Amino acid sequence: MTAALEARGLGKKYGKRWALSDCTLDLPAGRVIGLVGPNGAGKTTLLNLAVGQLAPSAGSIRVLGGRPADGPGQLARVGFVAQDTPTYAGLSVADHLRLGARLNPGWDDAIARERLERLGLDPARRAGKLSGGQRAQLALTLGIAKRPELLILDEPVAALDPLARREFLQHLMEAAVEHSLSVVLSSHLVSDLERTCDYLVVLVDSRVRVAGDVDDLLATHHRLTGPRRDPATLPGDQQVVSESHTDRQSTLIVRSEGAIHDPAWTVGQVGLEDLVLAYMSDTPTRSTLEAVR
Amino acid sequence: MIWLTLRQFRVQAAVVFGGLAVLCAALAITGPGMADEFNSGFASCTAQGDCSRFTRRFFEDHEMAFGAVILIVAFLPGLIGIFWGAPLITREIEQGTHRLVWNQSITRTRWLAVKLAVVGVAAMVAAGLAALAADWWSDPIDKAASDDISRITPLVFLSRGIVPIGYAAFAFALGVTVGVIVRRTLPAMAITLAVFVGLQVAVPMWIRPNIIPAESKIVAITSENHGEMMMMREEGDKAFLQVEVEPEPRAWTFTNETVDSSGKKVGRLPVSVAAGAPCAPPPPGPDGEPPEGPSQACFDDLAKKGYKQKVAYHPADRFWPLQWAETGLFVVLALGLTGLCFYWTRRRLS
Repeated sequence: MTAALEARGLGKKYGKRWALSDCTLDLPAGRVIGLVGPNGAGKTTLLNLAVGQLAPSAGSIRVLGGRPADGPGQLARVGFVAQDTPTYAGLSVADHLRLGARLNPGWDDAIARERLERLGLDPARRAGKLSGGQRAQLALTLGIAKRPELLILDEPVAALDPLARREFLQHLMEAAVEHSLSVVLSSHLVSDLERTCDYLVVLVDSRVRVAGDVDDLLATHHRLTGPRRDPATLPGDQQVVSESHTDRQSTLIVRSEGAIHDPAWTVGQVGLEDLVLAYMSDTPTRSTLEAVR
Repeated sequence: MIWLTLRQFRVQAAVVFGGLAVLCAALAITGPGMADEFNSGFASCTAQGDCSRFTRRFFEDHEMAFGAVILIVAFLPGLIGIFWGAPLITREIEQGTHRLVWNQSITRTRWLAVKLAVVGVAAMVAAGLAALAADWWSDPIDKAASDDISRITPLVFLSRGIVPIGYAAFAFALGVTVGVIVRRTLPAMAITLAVFVGLQVAVPMWIRPNIIPAESKIVAITSENHGEMMMMREEGDKAFLQVEVEPEPRAWTFTNETVDSSGKKVGRLPVSVAAGAPCAPPPPGPDGEPPEGPSQACFDDLAKKGYKQKVAYHPADRFWPLQWAETGLFVVLALGLTGLCFYWTRRRLS
C-alpha cells in the first residue's frame, strides 16, 4: 500500500524565512490522521505543499505516490478543505455543487445532494450568507463529493463554535468510514482530534516530535511520579518526553515499550492531550531558544 | 470551467455590454438622420460651389457628440483593464477561493487559460463593437471635420478602426498580470490605469510616428501649404513668426519646424513689422476684415532668406497600415504579458 504522504527533507522558504524546514514524514494511507502542533509549526505550509498549492523550496513530497497537483489525475485523487473553508460568497450553494460537478470527473452528485438535505442547506442561498459552520460544511461537501482517495483538511473547525465543530467532525468521520477515505486533518486543539483521529502526528518547528497510532501512543507513554531524581539515571529503553521537578519530587512523562517496574515510581496513565502537550512544550530546542531570549 | 468563468463574469459583462448596447442604440437612432443631413447639405453646397461654410457649421453642430463618442471608445479598453483584468485573479486571492478552485480536478494552467480566453475574447469583442459603431456613426462628421482632426490624427485615431481591439487585449492582459503580481485588487487597478494611460500618451508621441517609416522632407513655405502662422510682437517693430505648414491634406504631421538655409532649426523667425516690411500685418481689405494670412511678399521674403519648413508626417492613406501595425504591436505585448501571467500563476502564486 502506498503511503498517503511521504516527505523527505521538505522545506518551504518565504523570502529569507523558512516556514517549514527539513521535514521528514511518513503518513500511512487508510487512516484518519491528526496533525497537531503549535501555531507556526508549519502545519499549514506542510498541507499546502501536500496539495500542490505551494511548491517546495527544498526536499521532496509525494502524496499517494504522486507529485502534488501534477495534472488533473493527481488533483482528482486528493481533496482539500483549505484553512477558513473558503467559498465563493457571490455564488449560491447550488452553484457550488455545479462547480464541483463541472470541474471533477469523479463528482458524486447524489452524495452532495443528500448531504445538503441532511444539513438543511437551502441550495438557492448565497454562500456569503451562510454561517461559518454551514460554510465549512459546504466546503466539506465539495471535498467529499469529489470522491478523492485522500482528503486533507487544514484547521477546518478552528473558527467554529463547539456545536458546529462537533457536527463537522462527526460528518467527516462518517464520510471517512463510508467512502474508506484517508484523512489528514490539522488542528492546534488536541480535543478536536481525540474523538476523530486514529493516528497522530505532533509537529513542532517543522520536526515530527512523535507520530503513531493513537492507541499505541497511549499504551507506551507513562506518567512517573516519585522522589526527586536525575532523569539520566533511567534505564535506556525509557525515553523522557518531559520532566518537572520540585525540591523533593520529580514528575516525568516517558515513552517506553516495556512496562515500568521500578517500585520508586508511581506509574500513571497519560491522556492524549497531556501527551501532546508534553511533546509540544518541552522540546530541547525550544527551551534553549527561550533561555537565550 | 467555461461555465464557472461565465458565472463569475456575468455582472461585469452585463455592465459593460449593457452600456455598449445603450451606446449602439443611441448611435443607431441618431446616425441615419445625421448622414442624411450631411448628404443633402453637401449636395446643395456643392451645387453652389463652396462647401467650407457648410462643413464647418455641420462639424460644430455635432462636435459635442463626436467628442463624447471618441472619449467613450478611447476609455473602454482602460475600463476593461481595470474592471475586468485586475480583479480577475486578485478577487480569488483576496477571498481565498483560489485555494478552493485550484483543488478541483483541473490544473491551474487550464483554469487560467479558460479565464483569460473567455474574458479576453469578450474584451476584444466589446472594443471592436464600440469602434465599429463609432466608425459608422462618425463617417459624415469625419468628412466635415477639418484637416487637423482627420481620422489619422492622434485624438481620433485611438477610437477608430481596429486599434481599440489591440488596446483592449493589452489592457486586459495588463490588468490580470499586475493583479497576479501585486495580489491586491485596488493597487492592481491603480497600477493598470497608470501604465495604460502612460502608454496611451507615449505611443502617439514616440511610437506611432516610427512604427512604419514616416514621410520626411523639407519644403518651401508658400501661401498654398502654410497652416498656422502665429506672430508674436516684441517691443517696437520687432516680432517673431512661428510657422507651420500642411504638407498634404488630412495628413498627421508630427514634426513641423522651420530651418534656415544651412538646415539648422530655427525656433521662431525674427521679422520686422515696420510699415512696409514684407511681413507687416497687411491693411484691412475693402470689407473691413484683415485678409487671411500674410501677404505673398512675406512668403517671398521668407524664401529669399532661405527659410524652409522641415516636416515629418503620415499621409491620410496610411490610416490602415498604421492601424494594423499598432494593433499588432499591442497584441504582441498582450501575448507577452499573458505568458508572464502564466509563469507567475504557476510558479510564484500560492
